[in-house]
Amino acid sequence: MHWTEYFGPLMEGAWVTIQLTAYSTVFGAILAFGAGIGKLSSNLAIRAISIAYIEVFRGTSLLVQLFWLYFALPLAGMAIGIDLRLPPVVAGVLALSLNIGAYGAEVVRGAIAAVHKDQHEAGRALNFTPRQTLRTITIPQAIPEMMPSFGNLAVQNLKDTALVSLISLGDLTFRAEQIRNFTQDSTTIYSMLLVTYFGMALVLTAMMRTLEAYVSRWRTARS
Amino acid sequence: MLFGYEWDLSSPLAFAISILPILWIGLTVTIQATVLGFLVALGLGLVWAVLKAAPSRLISWPAKVITEFIRDTPLIVQLFFLYYVLPEYGIVLPAFLTGALGLGIQYSAYTSEVYRAGIEAVGPDQREAARALNFTPAHTFTHVVVPQAIPRIVPSMGNYLVSIMKDVPVLSVVTVLEVLNVAKIVGDRTFSYLVPLTMVGALYLIMTLVASAGVRLLDTWLPKQGIPLK
Amino acid sequence: MNDEPIIKFDKVIKRFGDLTVLRELDFTVKKGEKVSIIGPSGSGKSTVLRILMTLEGIDGGIVSVGGEPLWHEKGADGALVPASEAHLHKMRAQLGMVFQQFNLFPHMTVLRNITEAPVKVLGLSRKEARERGEELLELVGLADQAGKYPHQLSGGQQQRVGIARALAMRPSILLFDEPTSALDPELVGEVLNVIGKLAEEHDLTMLLVTHEMRFAREVSDRVCFFDQGRIREEGSPEELFTDPSEERTREFLQAILD
Repeated sequence: MHWTEYFGPLMEGAWVTIQLTAYSTVFGAILAFGAGIGKLSSNLAIRAISIAYIEVFRGTSLLVQLFWLYFALPLAGMAIGIDLRLPPVVAGVLALSLNIGAYGAEVVRGAIAAVHKDQHEAGRALNFTPRQTLRTITIPQAIPEMMPSFGNLAVQNLKDTALVSLISLGDLTFRAEQIRNFTQDSTTIYSMLLVTYFGMALVLTAMMRTLEAYVSRWRTARS
Repeated sequence: MLFGYEWDLSSPLAFAISILPILWIGLTVTIQATVLGFLVALGLGLVWAVLKAAPSRLISWPAKVITEFIRDTPLIVQLFFLYYVLPEYGIVLPAFLTGALGLGIQYSAYTSEVYRAGIEAVGPDQREAARALNFTPAHTFTHVVVPQAIPRIVPSMGNYLVSIMKDVPVLSVVTVLEVLNVAKIVGDRTFSYLVPLTMVGALYLIMTLVASAGVRLLDTWLPKQGIPLK
Repeated sequence: MNDEPIIKFDKVIKRFGDLTVLRELDFTVKKGEKVSIIGPSGSGKSTVLRILMTLEGIDGGIVSVGGEPLWHEKGADGALVPASEAHLHKMRAQLGMVFQQFNLFPHMTVLRNITEAPVKVLGLSRKEARERGEELLELVGLADQAGKYPHQLSGGQQQRVGIARALAMRPSILLFDEPTSALDPELVGEVLNVIGKLAEEHDLTMLLVTHEMRFAREVSDRVCFFDQGRIREEGSPEELFTDPSEERTREFLQAILD
């Protein structure tokens, strides 16, 4: 097998990696907003759930979470009579989203809490409800603050997708492992693998920068 | 049986208790890998930070590209690289050393940024004051910059120590018998993953909570030693 | 101007921790009256406005707006109980506020700053709100700045947007909390002109906390001197500025006018 023949299977894996990254970044962002805003809620139950979620998923390791969802959850389901066997792709996206969402939640919470109290007062003086203030005043101002951290988390998420190869999901790393097992050409295959991840990370970073510029455009408007 | 310990599958609780000594052995490996990886990250990160701050672009630019490359590629792939590629060039390291080294290398890219940020946070006014007092650059660095940078660096480093600990399970891919790997093996052999994997989750939660409390303690202890934070 | 008080403070107490800012304050404002509040910093004058705008609660007494308790409402048995958010929401509709630091929304254009609350809170259509917003921008002399973001404007222009934004909610009472204190001296005039024009041409009730003594004298029907959480002296601008009866008032005016 000539090294140029590695490209086919590697690109197949790269496509899976891209999809995994996209899905878990989007779901993770939803979880991040939910839990980040939930942690600031005045409702005790919502706050407790948000804090518990954030602490558990930030406090344990992603690989532990992935293995737990894939290997242990079906057994927990069996004990209570529910079929909780997850296909690898579901377990993978779920673990990645839950993990990155917990980190993102702290970013969301921090950025929202950092919006100056003057803005809340203006919202109240204009008779916005707290929910309207959050949606039209606080969150739009907090989002640009979140973007640099979200950019880092997105790259982190891309790197983390490599772990799903351990539950036999056919991502980039999994394909590379298959080729290595077949050819024993470690140097070439792993070099190609590293460079591919690096390239994807650079593209992802550029995309996140573009998004950041877009959501912050009101800050940079010139007179 | 693992490491000479038998497990007791009569009830989940009995199972949990019987595998505690086994998990404990894995946990000690986890802690050793964390500490060694952290030390490598601290040392190598400092090297990167110095190189990146070098006046010559011929030195600083490659250092920047290398750390960016390290930071943007997955730990698991880096570990594969170290474990399978180095021996092809005659460098054969035990799995544990490979793992700790891989962790250290990955996190050196992050710690180098902590050093840089810590040093840059000491403003130009401090350097100007030192120049006005006719301090040598070396004296300025060791007596003005470093003492002020350390309190900024310490909390971030503490957080990376916790992150490293959470990444140790990845070392299982190069056969290191850290705590998750041990739990997985117990699960493979008993077909009962629930108890060992849940226990590992709980152990991690305890360790990170303790470690975070430690970092916070450091945050309050350092100022009392006359080293103000931030 | 009728004699019905639109604002009434009845033995109002306000504390911040151990510090008592308002000590059983009695204070009334009639409908359509323009009242200036002056006094040393920390005398509680801004607190009066912030309580009216429901940004601060009270620790004792009753505040009434339009004859109805602001911070209380009638409970099931007819007794007064602390106001619910719904009651505050209803009461706030009568009030508008202009802030010292403008508090414009930095992520919205000037026009959007003015139209957002009428659309979201009053339920106006975007088109109606825009038309009204453009009229108000005309009123404050900023018709050509509608599409800009706040940070592209000068402080004086931002504060005029702040005034237009408050007016867009059609309040019957407008509160000004040191509206020119954050401005460079050369920008104070344009803001005072707008406030003066409002005072002249509209039957709004206006409550103005300010350090601009000359302006307070020109624009107000009545001036109140606040000191240590109480009204030390009040009267027509003429009386208070030319012949204050209290020694404290005289000292304060002397210090500030010198």
